[in-house]
Amino acid sequence: MSFYEVYLQYRDFNLDAAFTKVIPHLIQSALEKNNPGINDFIALISPQAEEFLEDIAFKANELTKHSFGKTVQLYTPLYLSNYCDNSCVYCGFNLHNKIQRRRLTLDEVEREAKIIYSSGLKHILILTGESRKESPVDYIEDCVEVLKKYFISISIEVYPLTEEEYCRLINSGVDGLVIYQEVYDKALYAKLHLSGPKKDYRYRLDAPERGAKSGMRNISLGVLLGLGEWRKEIFSLFLHAKYLQERFPEVDIGIAVPRLQPQFGGFNPLNPVSDQNIAQIISVFRILFPRAAITLSTRENPSFREDLIPLGVSRISAGSSTVVGGRTLGEIDKASQFQIQDHRNVDQIKEMLKEKGYQPVFKDWLPI
Amino acid sequence: MDDFLEIAGKKIKNRLFIGTGKFSSYKVMQEALEAASCQVATVALRRVDSDSKTENILDFIPKNCQIMINTSGARTAEEAVRIARLAKAVGAGNWIKIEVIRDNKYLLPDNLETLKTVEILAKNDFVVFPYMSPDLSIARKMVDVGASAVMPLGSPIGSNRGIKTLELVEIMINEIKIPVIVDAGLGSPSQACECMELGCAAVLVNTAIAVSSDPASMAEAFSKAVAAGRLAYLSGIPQSGKIASASSPLTGFLREK
Repeated sequence: MSFYEVYLQYRDFNLDAAFTKVIPHLIQSALEKNNPGINDFIALISPQAEEFLEDIAFKANELTKHSFGKTVQLYTPLYLSNYCDNSCVYCGFNLHNKIQRRRLTLDEVEREAKIIYSSGLKHILILTGESRKESPVDYIEDCVEVLKKYFISISIEVYPLTEEEYCRLINSGVDGLVIYQEVYDKALYAKLHLSGPKKDYRYRLDAPERGAKSGMRNISLGVLLGLGEWRKEIFSLFLHAKYLQERFPEVDIGIAVPRLQPQFGGFNPLNPVSDQNIAQIISVFRILFPRAAITLSTRENPSFREDLIPLGVSRISAGSSTVVGGRTLGEIDKASQFQIQDHRNVDQIKEMLKEKGYQPVFKDWLPI
Repeated sequence: MDDFLEIAGKKIKNRLFIGTGKFSSYKVMQEALEAASCQVATVALRRVDSDSKTENILDFIPKNCQIMINTSGARTAEEAVRIARLAKAVGAGNWIKIEVIRDNKYLLPDNLETLKTVEILAKNDFVVFPYMSPDLSIARKMVDVGASAVMPLGSPIGSNRGIKTLELVEIMINEIKIPVIVDAGLGSPSQACECMELGCAAVLVNTAIAVSSDPASMAEAFSKAVAAGRLAYLSGIPQSGKIASASSPLTGFLREK
């Protein structure tokens, strides 16, 4: 069994036809259920449900308070390497882009770690481009060895690995896996991923499940909004999260819906997604997955990020840089994976949260 | 009247235990603990941060309040034991609320792993409070292996639905000779009061206090409701309406002759 079978089962499911059957009563009843299911998800994500967005947001806010109280967890991304063998048309690290390529030495990793550590952060997300030659698992493992002296929780957002490789990284101190399918529509996926190992749709699709089998504690799924038709993509993401939650109840499932921003190479979103759409998506995921971590990155601007917290966001990044060595070696033009919209440092994010009545949580884990 | 809950030599007057997660700040949490005159507070070790750069939750627990570390994050007995030992090592004491959860959808406890944890920790000088689904057989085994109290859930964590497990908890109260403390799901002071009227030794509340718009006042309200429920229980609550008197007595024939 793999999620791919579920994907195939629903590939020809006519979501638009299902939407035509959604009447206000179904939306209201979905909001009243303790354990909503797939039909409730369809009702709540439907175009008609936009008229009930305030009610949906209210319910999402209640559930967020129940699960997370008045707290928001903080983390920051650390880019280790931007070498990449893939040609993904939307990404700044695309191998055809003429950007300066870098891979941090272990000394540089330690320097970055010290700077991040001095801001108080204890949760870190490390990222690499997809290059088994330039950033092999051995290298990631070495970086983790350095970072675990400073951080309580280390998550990886790297290319898909084998089960054995995930086990190795878990043993060296990794507890979280972030891997976004980007786009679930398989035909579109093929058009957007022109060359490189990422072309293998199925291998990426099964990566979260391999991570779960290896014992990864937190697994975050996501789609890159702006690529496929968003309602269909979000439906697939829902099916994927539900599949993993049922099969691996011990894993903390996380959700993220990064929205495509301009980056070097000038790719424009194929299917633009509005702020209102994102508010609906986050609220509906909160209702269907009351305890899942929902992450919001600095791809979104400061005020929009703040507005989304009450709807279900439980984890935000702070003091971000999407450049390799961005905190110590200086930013280099055009070398970022995407443009950051929220440049606030950790102290500024901390103050913002306090002002809004939220406790910024720096530590919410212990290596056991 | 002196009415104490006595556990491991400690006399506890206030039977409202408070969980310390989910507050908007440690200061607000501290005010709530103080407003309720709380004597037992649970703290997740995963949130304890002894690093000087950020605030340490333990510094905000009132001095007269017993800290009970919970093993949140543990998925197995082995992990829960490790967390308990770490707690002792950092000076957080030996009162441990055992929370072993392998279900992240509902956050329901794994009773079997919890039982194993109780057995190991109770032998090693810990005062253990297993958080569990209300199951009489397992609760009896928890007693046998050294639990200081059992903590059945009222309804899922954070759900604010009250004591949905009433029948099962009532059976536990009747049959289990150690304190039964309802933990999780209590959403209002009246629900906490209901548990105490039933005969619970204490209740543990977190979410309903932490997310209210005035946590200190809500903590005080819970504390008063718990005291009222306890007093009512001790005073003997008259049965009401459960036994109707038949217009023609069913045993009248015994007196006819």
